[in-house]
Amino acid sequence: MTDSKYFTTNKKGEIFELKAELNNEKKEKRKEAVKKVIAAMTVGKDVSSLFPDVVNCMQTDNLELKKLVYLYLMNYAKSQPDMAIMAVNSFVKDCEDPNPLIRALAVRTMGCIRVDKITEYLCEPLRKCLKDEDPYVRKTAAVCVAKLHDINAQMVEDQGFLDSLRDLIADSNPMVVANAVAALSEISESHPNSNLLDLNPQNINKLLTALNECTEWGQIFILDCLSNYNPKDEREAQSICERVTPRLSHANSAVVLSAVKVLMKFLELLPKDSDYYGTLLKKLSPPLVTLLSGEPEVQYVALRNINLIVQKRPEILKQEIKVFFVKYNDPIYVKLEKLDIMIRLASQANIAQVLAELKEYATEVDVDFVRKAVRAIGRCAIKVEQSAERCVSTLLDLIQTKVNYVVQEAIVVIRDIFRKYPNKYESIIATLCENLDSLDEPDARAAMIWIVGEYAERIDNADELLESFLEGFHDESTQVQLTLLTAIVKLFLKKPSETQELVQQVLSLATQDSDNPDLRDRGYIYWRLLSTDPVTAKEVVLSEKPLISEETDLIEPTLLDELICHIGSLASVYHKPPNAFVEGSHGIHQHSADQFAIMKQYFSVLQVWLPATKAKGLEIAGTFSRRQGHMYMDMTFINKALQHMTDFAIQFNKNSFGVIPTTPLPIHTPLMPNQSIDISLPLSTIGPVMKMDPLNNLQVAVKNIIDVFYFSCLIPLNIFFVEDGKMERQVFLVTWKDIPNENELQYQIKECHLNADTVSGKLQNNNIFTIAKRNVEGQDMLYQSLKLTNGIWILAELRIQPGNPNYTGKKKTNATAFSYKLMVHIF
Amino acid sequence: MSASAVFVLDLKGKVLICRNYKGDVDMAEIDHFLPLLLQQEEEGLLSPAITRGNVHFLWIKHSNLYLVATTNKNSNAALVYAFLYKLVEVFTEYFKELEEESIQDNFVVVYELLDELMDFGFPQTTDSKILQEYITQEGNKLEVAKSKVPTTVTNAVSWRSEGIKYKKNEVFIDVIESINVLVNANGSVMSSDIVGSIKLKTMLSGMPELRLGLNDRVLFTLTGRDKGKSVAMEDVKFHQCVRLSRFENDRTISFIPPDGESELMSYRINTHVKPLIWIESVIERFSHSRVEIMVKAKGQFKKQSVANNVEIKVPVPSDADSPKFKTSTGHAKYVPEKNLVVWTIKSFPGGKEFLMRAHFGLPSVENDEKEAKPPITVKFEIPYFTVSGIQVRYMKIIEKSGYQALPWVRYITQSGDYQLRTNS
Repeated sequence: MTDSKYFTTNKKGEIFELKAELNNEKKEKRKEAVKKVIAAMTVGKDVSSLFPDVVNCMQTDNLELKKLVYLYLMNYAKSQPDMAIMAVNSFVKDCEDPNPLIRALAVRTMGCIRVDKITEYLCEPLRKCLKDEDPYVRKTAAVCVAKLHDINAQMVEDQGFLDSLRDLIADSNPMVVANAVAALSEISESHPNSNLLDLNPQNINKLLTALNECTEWGQIFILDCLSNYNPKDEREAQSICERVTPRLSHANSAVVLSAVKVLMKFLELLPKDSDYYGTLLKKLSPPLVTLLSGEPEVQYVALRNINLIVQKRPEILKQEIKVFFVKYNDPIYVKLEKLDIMIRLASQANIAQVLAELKEYATEVDVDFVRKAVRAIGRCAIKVEQSAERCVSTLLDLIQTKVNYVVQEAIVVIRDIFRKYPNKYESIIATLCENLDSLDEPDARAAMIWIVGEYAERIDNADELLESFLEGFHDESTQVQLTLLTAIVKLFLKKPSETQELVQQVLSLATQDSDNPDLRDRGYIYWRLLSTDPVTAKEVVLSEKPLISEETDLIEPTLLDELICHIGSLASVYHKPPNAFVEGSHGIHQHSADQFAIMKQYFSVLQVWLPATKAKGLEIAGTFSRRQGHMYMDMTFINKALQHMTDFAIQFNKNSFGVIPTTPLPIHTPLMPNQSIDISLPLSTIGPVMKMDPLNNLQVAVKNIIDVFYFSCLIPLNIFFVEDGKMERQVFLVTWKDIPNENELQYQIKECHLNADTVSGKLQNNNIFTIAKRNVEGQDMLYQSLKLTNGIWILAELRIQPGNPNYTGKKKTNATAFSYKLMVHIF
Repeated sequence: MSASAVFVLDLKGKVLICRNYKGDVDMAEIDHFLPLLLQQEEEGLLSPAITRGNVHFLWIKHSNLYLVATTNKNSNAALVYAFLYKLVEVFTEYFKELEEESIQDNFVVVYELLDELMDFGFPQTTDSKILQEYITQEGNKLEVAKSKVPTTVTNAVSWRSEGIKYKKNEVFIDVIESINVLVNANGSVMSSDIVGSIKLKTMLSGMPELRLGLNDRVLFTLTGRDKGKSVAMEDVKFHQCVRLSRFENDRTISFIPPDGESELMSYRINTHVKPLIWIESVIERFSHSRVEIMVKAKGQFKKQSVANNVEIKVPVPSDADSPKFKTSTGHAKYVPEKNLVVWTIKSFPGGKEFLMRAHFGLPSVENDEKEAKPPITVKFEIPYFTVSGIQVRYMKIIEKSGYQALPWVRYITQSGDYQLRTNS
């Protein structure tokens, strides 16, 4: 007989019937009734009205019935806090039961009842259970401390439960130790600065001993905790590594990855020339490879982590490329990851095999996978010089297949190969040109146009080819338009006699018929160059290009180091630091004086962001502004070097507001020594978002012919305040009331000698709108609102006492911790 | 640290049962799971971790169920997947099959198990043999004695109960090696390895101490023995009963075994293995008329050995029809729903060579869509033989009562992931 019968009662008056059954005299009947209640709960019916009747069944010596009642309690206590108090007595009693299963069950369930009123009654029973004679009860009580901390952190501290937890690290039972470690780690996540775990050599030793004896899960808790420890010297690091290494042979893949994390982290501390260092490196490879015979999801986590590990320490897996060969039945997410790692491991030694594989993949049917395989061939060509020729011929073979997306992808990568190895493979241009008509993706069209322009002198009908693109000029994407413009100018400079008409046509299309400022600017520049000084024009347009770099898409070293510390976790799967996707609860505590100091900097006009000494002669000074609803980065580039600079480009790292430039860097002419150029780069907030610290930090990379330079600058928050940030008066009132006090922040603005109206006006200039003003007891109260580009509203109350230069402000927002930090910044 | 809540969903995304462990993720978030999954699938970007806002869904699929864990922290993803698979294992051992019906039929036990397997997101006792000692399906027959915590739960030996008794003390050892090969269309072996597994069926009384001796190359080198007949294992993984630090020190495999069936260890050997069954195939496709397939299979192992239940699966175009076969041995069958010809040979002696020819018609109007190129796959089993040459040299069994116990060893080699790519 099965439980499914409990799901079948479905008629009207069911609750009423259940109520009667729950109060039946017979024990068996009552148990049946509770089962029906739980069944109803499982299918999502609201049975909360039966609360008192179910709680009445709690006093029973039948363990199964008790479990069911407890389950019910966990689900409904929160919605019936007043009635939940009825259960307290039973909990207290059950915590004293002679049967340890019942004591543990009570303490486990207690912590899941998130009702404030109840928690205080639970302290005494919990205290007893933490010292229970049965380890099963103690291990459950340890976890209960973490639960209670989540409900009422202050109480847990006041009651000394944290000390009791720390004592449990020395418990004789390994399961108890493991749970105590897990609970302390969990608690310390919300107390980032406190040294809760108090990791010292003695405690570490206890953990390492428990590691050998506890369950597989306990081993993971302990290993994850160990990875946060900083050994005092290399000897200690080595001795910990020695005791962690055996875990690499554990059958549980999560134990293995957590051990890998500890070892990867501590490797940093070991001297590179020691024998032990070499031995340890060798030991890491086999377990990583074995992870790839696990379940597909485990393989995926393993591959994402291996991707980090091969960037950090390529030597570990350099011999193992074969295990990353893609199998037909691999899920797509495994295939794509394997491909990525194959390229990272590609070298002269294995390139023949890798290429044979990539060619095989390029003939499969999954479009995304095939495209990535074709791109991979291009990356191999650029990475392993000796293989370039073979890669090119492989790509040509693929172009012959005439599969549209393969051809387009191949052409894009061939352009990069041309840039890496100029004057080597131009013989294939004819073959490429045959495919001109089939290209319908902007990337591929732009690549082809670039090739035709760059090698115009070797292509007899270059003018015809380029002209064919001109017909639909205005339907092309900006990328194609810009490339086409440059390509035709190149062609003209190379074959001026036959192409005068063509160049005029494109210049007039770009300058007169287009409303794209970049295109127009570039068009005018070319026009002026060509008409004033053709020789210089040639120097500029046909100048030698820098070679493109080998390794692209490497993770930036500091991020990589951070991710290595999170091996096995979601951060390592996403390749994002945890603060980019976890709402940090500790963001709130960080409003300190130094952030106010940051604010003051915003008032300067131009700041030097990149001094010439750090950038081989390039100096960049700049500021941010908001004009007519658009954001700009205004910069001055100064060339303080002795050579001219060309090929400027700019890129932003992911940032808190998703700021990206909407156009390429508008520097199209070489920057001569001692010359400077003022530019205004339009920005938008549609880029990828990653939380930065401080929040308004922006990391920028600027490239020129000499090198790539990095700097970071702070974006004043007021450029994110949008023009429609004025809230309706009524809405303001309601919202102000609805926002809980926890989301409120008070602050003072010092030394501001302005009256309410001037303040209001100044703020309005920055899109902070005054909704209402009133005078209370001689003080002016301003109620204000503003809205950020990401849609977060911030409401403020500003109190100004005439004659007192210090203002008191109150801010509220309905968003989460993110906005707390924001508010701190604004004033 | 790991999961905030765990859900079991049916294929339509309906929650069959769930357990909220931490209460920091809204339980209603699960309603977004299946639509997101389907959307990802459509875009070809399927991933085992799906994000929506600050909620992450980590999921696996088992028969007609999704098992999903939610979290809003930087959880240990490896742990979560390992735990979800553990759930499948425990439920399967409890209910034989884990599927929609068995969840509903046993929802009370499922709740009890979910309560015991994880606490506040931390996995706890997940050994189903031990769980069965105090969580039983016949709850109402629960006797007082049974409702005590088995000491095993918190013992250092958490996988074996005390007081086990057998009349005849025996242990059966199965050494099973699976061959994985990937062969390119031009016949070169791209990668090959052996994944071995040593399984035990332990029927021993009391708390026996066991020691397993293998012809392990590292051990032979350590002890200065002749390396000739030893096997170099690339990586070894052990059941949690094996003392890992002891193995790390002197390569001794010592343990107190779990009762009944268990996998003691697995190993991987990287040596280049000759594919035991070698396949040569010619697949000729004459557009608009026919496909002709010729497959030659050769047993590349000792004459004395025999491969059993050999299955060679050859892909055919999805629009093929009217099959005709000719085989020199065995039996060929067309499986249209999988676009395969399955050639079955019950017994395939070493050194022999067999041939299969197949002929299919093709429609005159052809399918324009490009078709996938699945590889030929082979399944087989060769008893009394291991490719690597691994041997159980001894199994020492010591129990304080001093009984005599017999170890029995059996060797099997079988196909693992055995793929041969084809040209067409």
